[in-house]
Amino acid sequence: MTESFEPKITAFVCNWCTYAGADLTGTSRINYQSNVRVLRVPCTGRIDFMLLMKAFQKGSDGVIVSGCHPNDCHYTSGNYHARRRWMVYKDLMDFMGVDTNRVTFSWVSAAEGARWAQLVNEVTDNIRNLGPYAEYKALAVAGIE
Amino acid sequence: MSRIGVFTCHCGENIGATVDCAKVAEMCKHVPGVAHSVDYKYMCSDPGQRMMQEAIKEHNLDGVVVAACSPRMHEPTFRRAVSNAGVNPYMCEMANLREHCSWVHEKNDATTQKAADLIRVLVEKIKHNTPLYPIKVPVTKTAMVVGGGVAGIQVALDIANGGHKVILVEKSPSIGGHMSQLSETFPTLDCSQCILTPRMVEAAQHPNITLMTYSEVEKVDGFIGNFKVTVRKKARKLDEKLCTGCGLCIQKCPNKKISDEFNEGLGTRTAIYVPFPQAVPNRPVIDTLNCTFYKTGKCKVCEKVCPTNAIRFEQEDELVTIDIGAIVLATGFKLMKTEAFPEYGYGKHKDIIDGMQFERLASASGPTAGVMKRPSDGKEPETVVFIACSGSRDRSKGVPYCSKVCCMYTAKHAMLYKHKVHSGKAYVFYMDIRAAGKDYDEFVRRAIEEDDVKYIRGRVSKIYEEDGKLIVKGADTLMGGEPVEIKADMVVLATAVQSNDRSEELAQTLHVSYDTYGFFAEAHPKLRPVETNTGGIFLAGACQAPRDIPESVAQASAAASKVLGLFSQDQLTREPIVAVVNRQAGPTYSYCVGCFLCQTACPYQAIEQEQILARNGEVIKTIARINPGLCQGCGTCVATCRTKAIDLQGFSNEQLYAEIMTL
Repeated sequence: MTESFEPKITAFVCNWCTYAGADLTGTSRINYQSNVRVLRVPCTGRIDFMLLMKAFQKGSDGVIVSGCHPNDCHYTSGNYHARRRWMVYKDLMDFMGVDTNRVTFSWVSAAEGARWAQLVNEVTDNIRNLGPYAEYKALAVAGIE
Repeated sequence: MSRIGVFTCHCGENIGATVDCAKVAEMCKHVPGVAHSVDYKYMCSDPGQRMMQEAIKEHNLDGVVVAACSPRMHEPTFRRAVSNAGVNPYMCEMANLREHCSWVHEKNDATTQKAADLIRVLVEKIKHNTPLYPIKVPVTKTAMVVGGGVAGIQVALDIANGGHKVILVEKSPSIGGHMSQLSETFPTLDCSQCILTPRMVEAAQHPNITLMTYSEVEKVDGFIGNFKVTVRKKARKLDEKLCTGCGLCIQKCPNKKISDEFNEGLGTRTAIYVPFPQAVPNRPVIDTLNCTFYKTGKCKVCEKVCPTNAIRFEQEDELVTIDIGAIVLATGFKLMKTEAFPEYGYGKHKDIIDGMQFERLASASGPTAGVMKRPSDGKEPETVVFIACSGSRDRSKGVPYCSKVCCMYTAKHAMLYKHKVHSGKAYVFYMDIRAAGKDYDEFVRRAIEEDDVKYIRGRVSKIYEEDGKLIVKGADTLMGGEPVEIKADMVVLATAVQSNDRSEELAQTLHVSYDTYGFFAEAHPKLRPVETNTGGIFLAGACQAPRDIPESVAQASAAASKVLGLFSQDQLTREPIVAVVNRQAGPTYSYCVGCFLCQTACPYQAIEQEQILARNGEVIKTIARINPGLCQGCGTCVATCRTKAIDLQGFSNEQLYAEIMTL
């Protein structure tokens, strides 16, 4: 890999915990790497498999899914659905030949501004080491959309 | 073709110093669908909003992206602004350039690029936005107050005086809470029961208040304005309507040696009992765990002596479901027990008591009728040591926070003791004296200066018994940590205030957030201190954090005013961010195949079954239907749906894929 590789990270975050947590990172002026693009959804329970795959197909090198801690979901149980689905998604990704290291599933609460910065930095560094996700993008080039 | 306006805000220096806003505005001009793109110093200011509204009219815009701060901050502001200019408020989105970009990244090209990307994402989203209209729901103008302590009573009275019905639910047999147990209150030393019991009676007699004592909230369904609360009325084992409260059953009950909860274990009560003489309602309950009849099948003395035949041994718990518009939680606190302190003898010394037990000893209605007698042998204690911060501000006890009331009540206890035992000696071990409040510091000074209470700054490391005395070993940190040893007759621990038993369970029943320590979480620590994150549920008193009486009462009135505000409307307006099931013409009628996986996933029971009928009444298809009143818009059903028949307004598949396509 060339040294100038800057990964594209897409983050699906819930409105109530992680989005607010990322707001707190801003309010606390904690610096982190600018590779991440945040997409806001009401709850991690809203996220389905196709959204993650589409993100890879459109050029993401890494994906973050983050919501409320277990027991703290604004919608009571959406994050539990997300957690159970993630177990299935992981198997499905494995089966499809998608590198599961490219997706990070995490909890960041509205009070964890520092945790969000740490998470983004960790994932960005990790994906930078893994290099561009060329395999999946090749599908898009081949016209499979 | 969409005509979208992009308005990039500098937020003074907040965004402008890191992101090249002019360049961002220029870049956005070239995004397909963008008809107008400008930057401005303060978009949220009056001139900023006016500029936006003029631009909407001038350029005939049908969608707006405001690139400024977090939508959690100003989305309502800008949605209102575009709405005033004639554009549907849900055609306005905010790109978070401040919290998610300028405040967290260095000033460079990548940051400016990210800012433009964040805007592009939302431009694509807006192209797929549809105008949405707020949902109107009716309001049931009856409030439920959970907890009948001083906070709950105040909330109930304020709402009732405002002209609305209130149901006051209390788990114990009487309202009154902890305040009814106190002897005297700081900083005025007026008798607690004298000021509380008239309030209790007022609540009981108020035409708008229904008391449900000895009852607990079992289940809560519904949403703001339209809750359905199921309350378990525990069996008192007597007919409340027939009972006159004469007390004959209590006098005759043969089982008299049961530890009395109201007196914190310092006195005894009978198996059929009222917690205290001024209890409201003055109706006894049978403690089935200790009643001879329930243990042996024989006795029934109370039934024989009851002049109105009110005893009902066969009575069962009753579940009542009530329509409620707003709920106020005022479930209070509990004190850490002396058992939690190995260094102070695990609570096995009878003369090491907690603050509430001291209140009962000092109370005229207590087990000693207010005469200072130590619990072990009933002698008058000559030396009493009070230990503040017992458990509070102590990480090893799991309580890093300050319990707030102990400094004041410890000073009060020492004073009360000195007023009752003039020759006695009172020592207080403390960490800091936190006596902020009206007349509070003066009160502590009075204890020290006028009543000669000895304050020692330091911790007590160990207490043990020797020759009938409690040896208290500590240190005086103001004397350079010099060891102190006091031979005491009684020790009072100002133990930590903790969240009430089962508060987490209750929070989960009500879908309310709570903190690490089990206290209910307010919606905003500064600006929304009495609301919870769940609409229509409010907080009062020590269930939110340790509080003293004036604060609890103030918060209770604040919560009541929130409820009255809610009840002043006939209809509530709700965000139209709800899920909808696809409908189309026959022969398919809907993508929904009727598997109802969504029904099991929905946390709000918002999904119903709907039958599509032919003209002859024959059922063609059964599909899901979402009740927009119950749906909270989490979208879990959307991700669960196998046929993509459900979509979430405001966060539709189309919108999310459009966002991803810009990456």
